[in-house]
Amino acid sequence: MKMKTLLLGAAAAFALAPAAHAERGADGELKILYYQAVSTLNAYLSSGTKDVEAGSLVLEPLAAFDQDGKLVPRLASEIPTVENGGVAADLTSITWKLNPGVKWSDGSDFTAEDVIFTWQYCTDPNGGCAQGAKYEGVKSVEAVDPLTVKVTFDAPKPYPYQPFTGATAPILQKAQFANCLGTAAATCTEQNSKPIGTGPYMVTDFKVNDVITLDANPNYRDPAKPAFAKVTVKGGGDALAAASAVMETGEFDYAWNTQINPEQQAQMEAGGKGTFVNAFGTLVERIEINMTDPSPALPEGERSTIKHPHPIFSDAKVRQALSMAIDRNVLVEVGYGKAGRPTCNLVPAPAYQASDNTACLTQDIEGAKKLLEEAGWVDTDGDGIREKDGKKFSILYQTSVNAVRQDFQALVKGWWNEIGIEVELKSIDPGVYFGGDAASPDTFQKFYADVEMYANNFDGTDAEPYMAQYLCDKIPGPENQWQGENINRFCDPAYDALFKTLATATGDEARGTIVKQLNDMLTKDTNTILPLVDRGRFSAKANTLDGFIMNSWDSELWNVADWHRVK
Amino acid sequence: MLTFTLRRLLLAIPTLLLISAVIFFMVDFAPGSPMADIPLTVPPEVRAKMMAAMGADQPVHIRYVLWLKQFFWNEPLYGIDALFGTDFAQGAQRIISWQSKVPVFQLIGERLPQTLTVVGTAYALGILIALPIGIWSAYRQYSWFDLAGTFFSTMGFSVPTFFTGNLLILIFAVKLGWFPTIYDTNLSITDWDSFYKMVMQMALPVTVLALFNAAEISRYTRASVLENLGQDYVRTARAKGMPERTVLLKHVLRNSLIPVVTIIALGLPTVFGGAIVTEQIFKINGIGAALIGAIHVSDLPVIQTITFIFAVLIVLFNLIADILYGILDPRIRYD
Repeated sequence: MKMKTLLLGAAAAFALAPAAHAERGADGELKILYYQAVSTLNAYLSSGTKDVEAGSLVLEPLAAFDQDGKLVPRLASEIPTVENGGVAADLTSITWKLNPGVKWSDGSDFTAEDVIFTWQYCTDPNGGCAQGAKYEGVKSVEAVDPLTVKVTFDAPKPYPYQPFTGATAPILQKAQFANCLGTAAATCTEQNSKPIGTGPYMVTDFKVNDVITLDANPNYRDPAKPAFAKVTVKGGGDALAAASAVMETGEFDYAWNTQINPEQQAQMEAGGKGTFVNAFGTLVERIEINMTDPSPALPEGERSTIKHPHPIFSDAKVRQALSMAIDRNVLVEVGYGKAGRPTCNLVPAPAYQASDNTACLTQDIEGAKKLLEEAGWVDTDGDGIREKDGKKFSILYQTSVNAVRQDFQALVKGWWNEIGIEVELKSIDPGVYFGGDAASPDTFQKFYADVEMYANNFDGTDAEPYMAQYLCDKIPGPENQWQGENINRFCDPAYDALFKTLATATGDEARGTIVKQLNDMLTKDTNTILPLVDRGRFSAKANTLDGFIMNSWDSELWNVADWHRVK
Repeated sequence: MLTFTLRRLLLAIPTLLLISAVIFFMVDFAPGSPMADIPLTVPPEVRAKMMAAMGADQPVHIRYVLWLKQFFWNEPLYGIDALFGTDFAQGAQRIISWQSKVPVFQLIGERLPQTLTVVGTAYALGILIALPIGIWSAYRQYSWFDLAGTFFSTMGFSVPTFFTGNLLILIFAVKLGWFPTIYDTNLSITDWDSFYKMVMQMALPVTVLALFNAAEISRYTRASVLENLGQDYVRTARAKGMPERTVLLKHVLRNSLIPVVTIIALGLPTVFGGAIVTEQIFKINGIGAALIGAIHVSDLPVIQTITFIFAVLIVLFNLIADILYGILDPRIRYD
């Protein structure tokens, strides 16, 4: 009897296995929850992750990033390299061969003209394109033939894969967007909410900041995909409610960005209807140290500028002591659980450019105390706070209003108090802190504090533009309306010189070696930046959903064409 | 009455203009930037271009004048065009959301049905619960029913909706699994099955809001009925030998309802305004959710337009309440 059941089961499994992948639209409806509701599907008008990712259901780039950060062809037939002749030997151009036979969802042919148009669309000076950085340094985009596109740069580009790759730079249909160039871009409501794409799904209904309904694209290039006939992308609520809708009530198949605290993670997992999925990319929560003096005693326009070096932090030993006093493992346990891991690196991934820097992972309070003493900071009056030359070691620590960040502030303050540092905490509304308003004293760029905390990352896998942020000429100040990206006001000619070599280095290994050195200069060598937590992407997926691969380098929906129901 | 209405309507114009200016400038001067929500990976030059494309880099007074023109001239033209299929607007600039690049009135049009269904039903239900409770509580003052009613309305009024809402979700949706936790906007009623689904998804939010509304209105009703019960005409009616039923439901109720109707009319703008907290908790993407979402990302055109429409509704319903008062109570004449 038992044998018979087994055999029957095996036979049934064989019979069903091919069916699981064979037919387009066989698996019914897929329900996705983006608690930050989707505003537009045109990635060029919004850099919000939610909008870019929802757009990736419909629009596709020439190449996408896989779960390891490697480029995989989408609308292109292969990835151009110097070896296969796709990238010019002098690195000034890249030639993409397009996949033949790709059709837009309206049945028309996808050609090189669409690629050229996309570049024109994003680089129109009046369009306010949110992804302008992807097309920086592009001199021209031409069609060699209807299925070959040549991108020429105005200078050699050792990393020529920025334009037209990843969910942030998808190809738009020329025929649909032809009248939406420049100032007309924002008025093309119909186009922006229902773009015609080459991807696995096409939009049938779009309700702004609420719900998007999509059907399988009948002209998708793989006739067996996608497995779902219909997709609903719903918005609203918060991360906890989103996690609950997948993990506890099972109303949805997938919920994006369910960043909740470890205690709640455990509670949700007990629901038993889904699992959390995570993947680590380059988003690093860090404490930035101000190398200039933020003292309010200084006249406005000179506070936190390179005119006045920081009175305490100019000593490297002091900065190192701050780093040693922090227990990064506890921070992860308290704030992120499976959504984070401790790190000492500014560039934590991909592997080829991540430094093997792990010294900071062990807390060393005694060592930190010793360093401060060596630096001349001693508690002479017995009040628990160190002094030097009659000046108390007292600092202001600011960040944005956010439950996890306030927990971190409290913990770090405790450790710093323990080594004899007085810490004043400040939390600022995120709209102001990240708002970049030059008139406000509370932006993270102005940095009117001694240390501050936030998270940052870079787009794609190449760290060159990210490392460029720490060059001497990127320091924010009154002369550039506080718009520089070198928040720490770090300036080291050796760093600038090493960075220049990145412009001529090619290949992952050579570039990775330089990035590692640059990373070490900012972190373990000088402790200008104290990386704390490598924050991964963290989402919830129903147990009935299969084929899903979490990705931190591209849209989380990057392989949605392969998603299907568990049979 | 007509001259009164006309005078009030004319007076409303400067009032609304003043309100629009106050709203516009207050919202504008509030801290925060539409760029705050954008990833730090977007470089400053690109940010500057995005601000310029939205017109957000223009001085505030110029944006105010432009907004006035769009609100009072362009948008009504588009409204007429949409109704009659004409083309008066001829592509004139509309008020466009900074975040979604969608005309704000289109956004409101998409949101209004959800808000009207949920908040409107809750309001109507609240009134239906409140009136009998209020009347009976007053008639049997200090009875156990009155005490229970007082307890119920104090609870309903003082326990915040974010608490009752989450409590109901936890018990009835998560633990018992009877109701959905997320409102499906796309659900249209075509048969009994979809009607049932609609009732199920509306049940929890409507309960929360109806309790809250009922608590308030029942107190007003009780107070008004109590006041009338002590009047001379009630004694006269009883002396004439009228049954208690007639005394209470014909004489007292009619007179007591005058202030209650005014309160109900004054509360109606909130039906259009949506319930910010309740909509957020039950994931009903109505007007309230649109407003709070826009505030989060400093989407100024949306905030300014929706807030101003609230102001218009409040002024309008104040006027309606005054007129209703005149119609219901013959003793009040405005001439």
